[in-house]
Amino acid sequence: LTVELHSAGENAMMLYLGQDASPRVAARVQAAAQAIEAALGSDLVDLVPSYASVLILYDPMVTDHLSVGQRVHAALADLASSPATGGRSVTLPVYYATEAGADLAALAERAGLSIDEVIGLHSEPEYRVYAIGFAPGFAYLGQVDERIAAPRLATPRLRVPRGAVAIADRQTAVYPAVSPGGWNLIGRCPVRMFDPVATPCMPVAVGDRVRFEPVSRERFLALGGDLA
Amino acid sequence: MSLEVIQPGVLSLLQDSGRFGQHRIGLTNGGPLDPEAFNYCNRLLANEAGSTAVEISFGGSQFEARVDTFICVTGAQMQLRINDKLKPLWAVHRLVAGDRITLDFAEHGCRAYLGVAGGFSVEPSFGSTATVVRENIGGLNGNKLQAGDLLPCARVTERRYHYLPPAQQPRYHDRVTVRVIPGYQQAHFSRLQQRRFFSHAYTVSERCDRMGYRLEGPAISCDVDGILSEGICFGAIQIPADGQPIVLLNDRQTIGGYPKIGSALSLDAARLAQLRPGGIVNFAPISPHGAHNALHLADSLSRRQTLPERQP
Repeated sequence: LTVELHSAGENAMMLYLGQDASPRVAARVQAAAQAIEAALGSDLVDLVPSYASVLILYDPMVTDHLSVGQRVHAALADLASSPATGGRSVTLPVYYATEAGADLAALAERAGLSIDEVIGLHSEPEYRVYAIGFAPGFAYLGQVDERIAAPRLATPRLRVPRGAVAIADRQTAVYPAVSPGGWNLIGRCPVRMFDPVATPCMPVAVGDRVRFEPVSRERFLALGGDLA
Repeated sequence: MSLEVIQPGVLSLLQDSGRFGQHRIGLTNGGPLDPEAFNYCNRLLANEAGSTAVEISFGGSQFEARVDTFICVTGAQMQLRINDKLKPLWAVHRLVAGDRITLDFAEHGCRAYLGVAGGFSVEPSFGSTATVVRENIGGLNGNKLQAGDLLPCARVTERRYHYLPPAQQPRYHDRVTVRVIPGYQQAHFSRLQQRRFFSHAYTVSERCDRMGYRLEGPAISCDVDGILSEGICFGAIQIPADGQPIVLLNDRQTIGGYPKIGSALSLDAARLAQLRPGGIVNFAPISPHGAHNALHLADSLSRRQTLPERQP
């Protein structure tokens, strides 16, 4: 079992609990996040759980990396690895097309597949929400089939539209708002992934399972999708 | 009772000290890019620490008082006029309803803070008034200030005229040294690449904003293109595949998958954020202990500093 704890900045420590994205590692991340919250109390400013890591942000005016490190190690020593919790099942409609996904054709070509095969491979599996971050409501889903995994763009785009469905390595996501981004765009989802005035403000939470359902251009527009 | 925005300027945003504890739904921190100047603004006005002020980037702004109050402008050097009369920065000034405040374009530095006695009273969202335009959250409506916006503030008739003596005012140069805590992902960068990073000057590119400052200079190569996405702390220095470093600031994404060569000391990141495109950046390594010490020294200095008063 990997446990690595590093100083990441003047107010941050990075805890690694594995090297890959798997339900088992995700369960450890969840359990560790809870234990660290309890152990650090008000010295903790924020936590960012992700696939295989937990970023621990503390208040450097009241504690330091040595004290935080000791308390995190102690909290982890008591940690029993608990099984992954169920989570809900959510279906998100996607309009897959070159007009909706600027990198769809290039990704298919790189993979040596037809566009339809890429769509089939992307919409076939059930994904797990491994982390939320990058932007409000940005849910990282895994694992994408190896055949359509694609590295991030060398130079990130300055503007990715809201609802863009994208792939980076073996991760996939729906962009919740217009933002810069380096992922490969393959389609567009009409469901809002983050709405600050809605309760809850997101349709998914960490631990949920997500499936993508291919829909036509007409259906996408009828569901409130926007190709701008 | 308010200050009316007549001309917002290039980019003016309501900011408090930032939004914390919301990374789990992906909300970033926001808050002032230069906390030193922001904190001085509130201290000079005898406001509660972290009271909401306007962060003015590049200048070119105009406001009109609709209430009697006091203001203070700190940060980037820009000419401040109240009704066409030149007034010093880093000092408290009285305003009466109808007065017009004009800020010219910045001559040195980039970010200035306009504070008002008692702070601007804005409804917090997710615990903070900090405006993050990318998230459409905070401020008046999640957006930068627009002409005609009314910034609510109370009527205040008494305030001491605190000022910061010129010798103690920060100077904003075109060249900044940023101390960096070398990263835990150092192993992905060879010794040669690390030496290159720490021994060359980088230039602030046109792509510099509240999310991060993208620099240009000798490309740093890394033995991986990406890592499993993980949380990103303030000041993290990402190296994307094109090798050009990006120093991530207040509005950064909370999670990402580019490798990081280290993390900037916040005290120096504040100075970096005062640079405009073309500014020069050098990096110098600092240990976690050294960083901790620097933060506490800065805090202790500011606590011991007394602010003189002038006669109105």
